[in-house]
Amino acid sequence: MSVERSEEAAQARDTSGPLAPGGVELLISTLLRSGVVLSVALIGVGVTLSFFHNPERLTSRVDLTPLLSPEHGPSSLEAVLVLAREVRGQAFVMMGLLVMMAVPVLRVLIAFFSFRQQRDRAFVRMTSVVLTLLALSILLGRATD
Amino acid sequence: MTPFTFTALLFGLSLGAGALGAVLGIGGGLLLVPLLTLGFGVDIRFAVGASIVSVIATSSGAAAAYVRDRLANLRVAMFLEVGTAAGALTGALLATSLHGRWLFLLFGAVLAWSALAMLRRLGGGVEEPPAPDALADRLGLHGSYYDVAEQCEVPYRVTGTRAGLALMYVAGTVSGMLGIGAGALKVPALDLAMRLPVKVSTATSNFMIGVTAAASAGVYFARGDINPFIAGPVCAGATVGAMAGTRLLGRLHSRTVRALFVGVLLWVAIQMLRKGW
Repeated sequence: MSVERSEEAAQARDTSGPLAPGGVELLISTLLRSGVVLSVALIGVGVTLSFFHNPERLTSRVDLTPLLSPEHGPSSLEAVLVLAREVRGQAFVMMGLLVMMAVPVLRVLIAFFSFRQQRDRAFVRMTSVVLTLLALSILLGRATD
Repeated sequence: MTPFTFTALLFGLSLGAGALGAVLGIGGGLLLVPLLTLGFGVDIRFAVGASIVSVIATSSGAAAAYVRDRLANLRVAMFLEVGTAAGALTGALLATSLHGRWLFLLFGAVLAWSALAMLRRLGGGVEEPPAPDALADRLGLHGSYYDVAEQCEVPYRVTGTRAGLALMYVAGTVSGMLGIGAGALKVPALDLAMRLPVKVSTATSNFMIGVTAAASAGVYFARGDINPFIAGPVCAGATVGAMAGTRLLGRLHSRTVRALFVGVLLWVAIQMLRKGW
């Protein structure tokens, strides 16, 4: 059983492993595709849920202003998770948006590991510089607010 | 307007913005922000927040196909991202100390100039081969792609790596300060300085704009500027539109892509100059 499983794992590595020629491309393409599909699916579920909970929003001209107001959106991970537990539509939409925002950063991270595995020193250095700069600008943005 | 109509309209419009963005390598924030604020009365904060998400959505949705089809040059993108990321950080640091008005004027003038320069290349004629570039050789940046419209493999050599990196730094700084216009500067830099084929330029720019936008998106989220009621349909629409748009880029002729890009670039330049005036 365990032998079979490790063989399966080895096969999976062979087909999608970053060592294969063109492997980085395939890996990144797969990450991007699954990331955006997951994000759009979460948004779809969230939008459907929020119309299911508020059916009057489908047909009647309710005031849009409160929906467009500053207090509408959760702005921390905790807030999103709390709302998700109550199966609130906007929490799922927010999760979808967060997945979308994380995809490009994950993409640099994956490239970094792939280049390291390929011992492509110049590109390992470049991707690590990009990751550091990304972290710095996010931290800086937080600090100045 | 019912909330449902609002959602559906935003989705539909973002679909178009995503498709156009995927073909031209720009995020489409310059189209979406005025549309949301003027057309739907959305607060500018949420409009910018939604447009930053749409840039990421366009980038990732399009790049999934471009990377697989080797239309986006991964190595060129990773190399240049050092410049854009450094620029974005500089832009964030400078943002408070420089007046936006001069930036808009400067940015508008630069875009108008690049549009005209790209237009000159549209005229065609035989171009001299790109000058050899030692850094491009060492990093293995050269590539080739299969052009569906011409039905042939198109090999190309990359040049002007240092100039390209410098221009990306400038592009990153500008987008870090203004929060917009990252792609509009990246495509001309790839096209004019590094001499990539125009389809490779827009596909590679598409791939890169997501990273710069992701750095700002985290900040917008923490500030509470990402409103799911607005950003949700925009994000989903831009993604689906971008995925559809990638099928278009392969089939379009390079001349058409270039002409389309020059047109949009001129329009953006005029908008920028008007803002700064």
